[in-house]
Amino acid sequence: MLKTRIIPTLLYRDFGLVKGVGFDSRRAVGGAMQAIKVYNMRSVDELVFLDVTATLQGRGPDVDLIDELADDCFMPLTVGGGVRTVEHVRQLLRAGADKVALGTAIIEEPDLIEQAASKFGSQCVVAVLDVCRVDGQPRISIRSGSTPTELEPAELATRVQESGAGEILLQSVERDGSMDGYDIETIRLVAEAVSIPVIASGGAGSGAHMQAAVEAGASAVSAASIFHYTEQTPLEVKRELASAGVPVRL
Amino acid sequence: MNNVAIVDYGLCNLDSVRRAVEECGANPTVTADPADLRVADRVILPGVGSFDVAMEHLRSSGMADELDQQVRGEQIPFLGICLGMQLMMNVGTEGGETKGLGWVSGTVELLVPTDDDPRVPHVGWNDVEPTTAGSELFDGIDHGSDFYFVHSYCVRCDEPSEVAALTPYTGGFASAVRSGSAYGVQFHPEKSQTVGFALLRNFLEI
Repeated sequence: MLKTRIIPTLLYRDFGLVKGVGFDSRRAVGGAMQAIKVYNMRSVDELVFLDVTATLQGRGPDVDLIDELADDCFMPLTVGGGVRTVEHVRQLLRAGADKVALGTAIIEEPDLIEQAASKFGSQCVVAVLDVCRVDGQPRISIRSGSTPTELEPAELATRVQESGAGEILLQSVERDGSMDGYDIETIRLVAEAVSIPVIASGGAGSGAHMQAAVEAGASAVSAASIFHYTEQTPLEVKRELASAGVPVRL
Repeated sequence: MNNVAIVDYGLCNLDSVRRAVEECGANPTVTADPADLRVADRVILPGVGSFDVAMEHLRSSGMADELDQQVRGEQIPFLGICLGMQLMMNVGTEGGETKGLGWVSGTVELLVPTDDDPRVPHVGWNDVEPTTAGSELFDGIDHGSDFYFVHSYCVRCDEPSEVAALTPYTGGFASAVRSGSAYGVQFHPEKSQTVGFALLRNFLEI
C-alpha cells in the first residue's frame, strides 16, 4: 500500500535555514547542510527545500548550493524558489533534485509547467499553491505570500493539473509556523478538485493535525516548526499516525 | 575496481545515482560517450524525462547501438532506473508511440487511477514484491519492502517470466523486470535509503 509521506520542509534564506511565521518573519535555524545530514540519518520519507527569498530578490535558484546539498541527500528531494525557466528546472534536476517546485512562475510564466512537464515528465513538476484568506475566503497569493490574487485554490489546482503538474504543494500563508493545524477546508477543496497528489503544508503542530489533513485528502503532509522547534521527530509522529491507522513507512 | 558507466543523456538526476554508487563502493563514471561503455564492468541507465525525448538522445548519440552491443551482445550487467527501465521495453507511449530498446517484451503505458488508488502520478513509498526473476537483485531484502516511486507511466510485460517484482498500485504493475543480464527497476534505489543501497550492492555483485 502507498504510504502517507511525512515531509520536513527546509526554508532557506540567503545563507541559513529559517522558520516561517506568517511567511514574513523568519528566524535562522542553522546550516542547511547540517539539517540535511540529520534528516538523512533519520531516513525521512522526503525533503522539501524552498529558497524563500529568491523570487522576492529577483534571483534564480542557487544551483551550486543545491548541487552541494544533494551530494549528501540520499532521500527524495524537492527544490523550489526562484524557478522561472525550463533551464532552471533542468539545472536543478541535474544537480540532484528529484522534483522541482514552481510557485510564482505558475502565474507569471503560464507556459512553464507545460514546457517542463513535456520535457522532463509530469512526475517531477510540483506546483506550489500559497493560500491566504481574504475576507475569510481562500485565495492564491504569490511572491512568497506577499501578493494576494483573486484566484481560488481549487480553480488554480485544476488548471495546473491540466497543464501537466504532477503534484501540488498546498501551503497556508497564515498558518505557516503557527502549529495550530492545517487549513483543512482548503485541503479538502483542492484534493477533491484534482487527481494528482496533494501535499498539505502550513500549521502542523501534532500527529492529530496531520491525520486530519490526510482524512481531508492529502497524500502527504509537510511540516517544519514541529521538527525544528520541538522534541518531536518524524519517526515519533509516524508512530502516532500508524497507531491511528494511517499507513506510514516505519 | 568495479567500473560502472552511468549513461548521461542530458536529462537526468545523475548526481544522486553517481553518489549512491560511490557510497556502495564502486567506481562510477558519468558519460555521454558510447566508447566508455566498452571498458565498463556494468552500466546504469538512470532516468528523468519523457520516453520519446530520451530515446531520441540515445539513438542520435550512438548510445542505443552501443548499449545493444554491450548488454545484449557481451551480456554485461545493466540496471535501468525509472525511465531507464521503461526504455528497455519494445514501445513507449509518452510523447507519441516510440520504439524503445526492445530488450523486454511489452509496452510503457500511463497508470490509470482506480477507486482504491485514485492519485496519479504514483509518488511515495510503496511495497515491492520480488518474483523468482528478481531473486539475485533483491537478495537479502525483505519481501514487501518500501521503495521510493515517482512516476506516471509503468511497464506492461508480455512475458510474465520477465517480471522481477510487483507493486500493488492501481491494480498492480511490474516494478522490476529482468531479461538476461539486464535489470530494470521502476522505483529509485538511489533514494530508497537502506533497502535501495542493498539493491545497488546486489547489482554491483551480479
